[in-house]
Amino acid sequence: MRYEAPESVEGAVALLGGGGPRGRVLAGGTDLLVQLRAGVVAPELVVDIKRIAETREIREADGMLVIGAAVSGAELGEHPVAKALWPGVVESAELIGSTQIQGRASLAGNLCNASPAADTVPALVAAAATCKIAGPDGVRRIPVEDVCTGPGQLSLGDGEFVVAFEFPKRPLRSADAYLRFIPRTEMDIAVVGAGVNLTFDDGGRCVAARVALGAVAPTVILVEEAGEALVGTTCDAAALQEMAAAASAACRPIDDKRGTVEYRTEVAGVLATRAAGIAAQRAKGSQ
Amino acid sequence: MAKAHVTTTVNGDTVEFLCDAEQTLLDVLRDELYLTGSKEGCASGDCGACSVIVDGRLVCACLMLGVEAEGLAIETIEGMADGDQLHPLQTKFLEHAALQCGVCTPGFLVAAKSLLERNPDPTEIEVRYWLAGNLCRCTGYDKIVRAVLDTAEEMRGG
Repeated sequence: MRYEAPESVEGAVALLGGGGPRGRVLAGGTDLLVQLRAGVVAPELVVDIKRIAETREIREADGMLVIGAAVSGAELGEHPVAKALWPGVVESAELIGSTQIQGRASLAGNLCNASPAADTVPALVAAAATCKIAGPDGVRRIPVEDVCTGPGQLSLGDGEFVVAFEFPKRPLRSADAYLRFIPRTEMDIAVVGAGVNLTFDDGGRCVAARVALGAVAPTVILVEEAGEALVGTTCDAAALQEMAAAASAACRPIDDKRGTVEYRTEVAGVLATRAAGIAAQRAKGSQ
Repeated sequence: MAKAHVTTTVNGDTVEFLCDAEQTLLDVLRDELYLTGSKEGCASGDCGACSVIVDGRLVCACLMLGVEAEGLAIETIEGMADGDQLHPLQTKFLEHAALQCGVCTPGFLVAAKSLLERNPDPTEIEVRYWLAGNLCRCTGYDKIVRAVLDTAEEMRGG
């Protein structure tokens, strides 16, 4: 195995797409090193993107936040602007693993590990975050929900890697939240995860809503019908019930040791409702 | 493949080593630098026995490659005592009998030091959450948590 730590995006693209052996991208390494050790992957080349300044930065300009691909959960959690603008995204990152894992684990790693149960992905999808992807043909931008195509599968081409996450401008009276259900309080993998992002008008009516679910399908899913059930309402009990029904209806989970199909489907609606309640509360507090 | 030459700081001293790209930081600490205080429990980031501080962040040395350490500052359990003078956490772990077999102890001490540097007055719940990535199969945790809280109080001048 060869290790390279380029200091520029172009350098990383040249290594990853150079026609040689297909390389693995290393960000925080909290998934990759486990896979290396277990022999699940045996790359000839590992490209560490943490020496590229852009992957380590959190920037905010004109109300728009950009989070570098390799920013750790701990760094994100200590960033007051990120927390104020996207509390749901930050809380989803902070739920991952232990203090030690928080010191390394990144948003791009969580996304590109392509687990259906990734905690940050429902929050990123609900936030309508965009991935800035660099590759041999230059830079392109795609919605986060278009990156994973199945468990362990990405839509990225040869030589492409995620450089940063770009967030839309946060309107007034708008906030997000993420909740996950696990059988204990810490250090576990989501049975269900729910990210909700809501915006209200000055009369208290919801004007935009995005609901995304994790661990209930082969990839994280954006449930458009669930968001639509809230738009035009005050997120009253009836609207939330309709939203929950839409969320549950979109689930295509598997049975496994963490939960059954029936259980995950039911919990998805409950969790989305609770996350919507938190997002609404935060949005009202941000007036 | 030629070995990589890495220059880093370990417990305040400049240290150079040669390593293979596959070697983790834990492999390097133990097998190249003979700093065997950091333990390998799970080698998958679950147990925290290899906890070290890298550029001020608590991490598992088993989840980092040795080559990634280039230019970074690493603190291990070997740097915790000042010569023969134990760190207050080490003294309190002894007083509270907060260890039995001892394999998890270096990781707990490094993790607890990192906590107290950030939060000199943690609640019991904060201690338990911060140390959730450190597993102990002997003590039942209670004595460890009490030792950390007692150290915090002493270090605050209580």
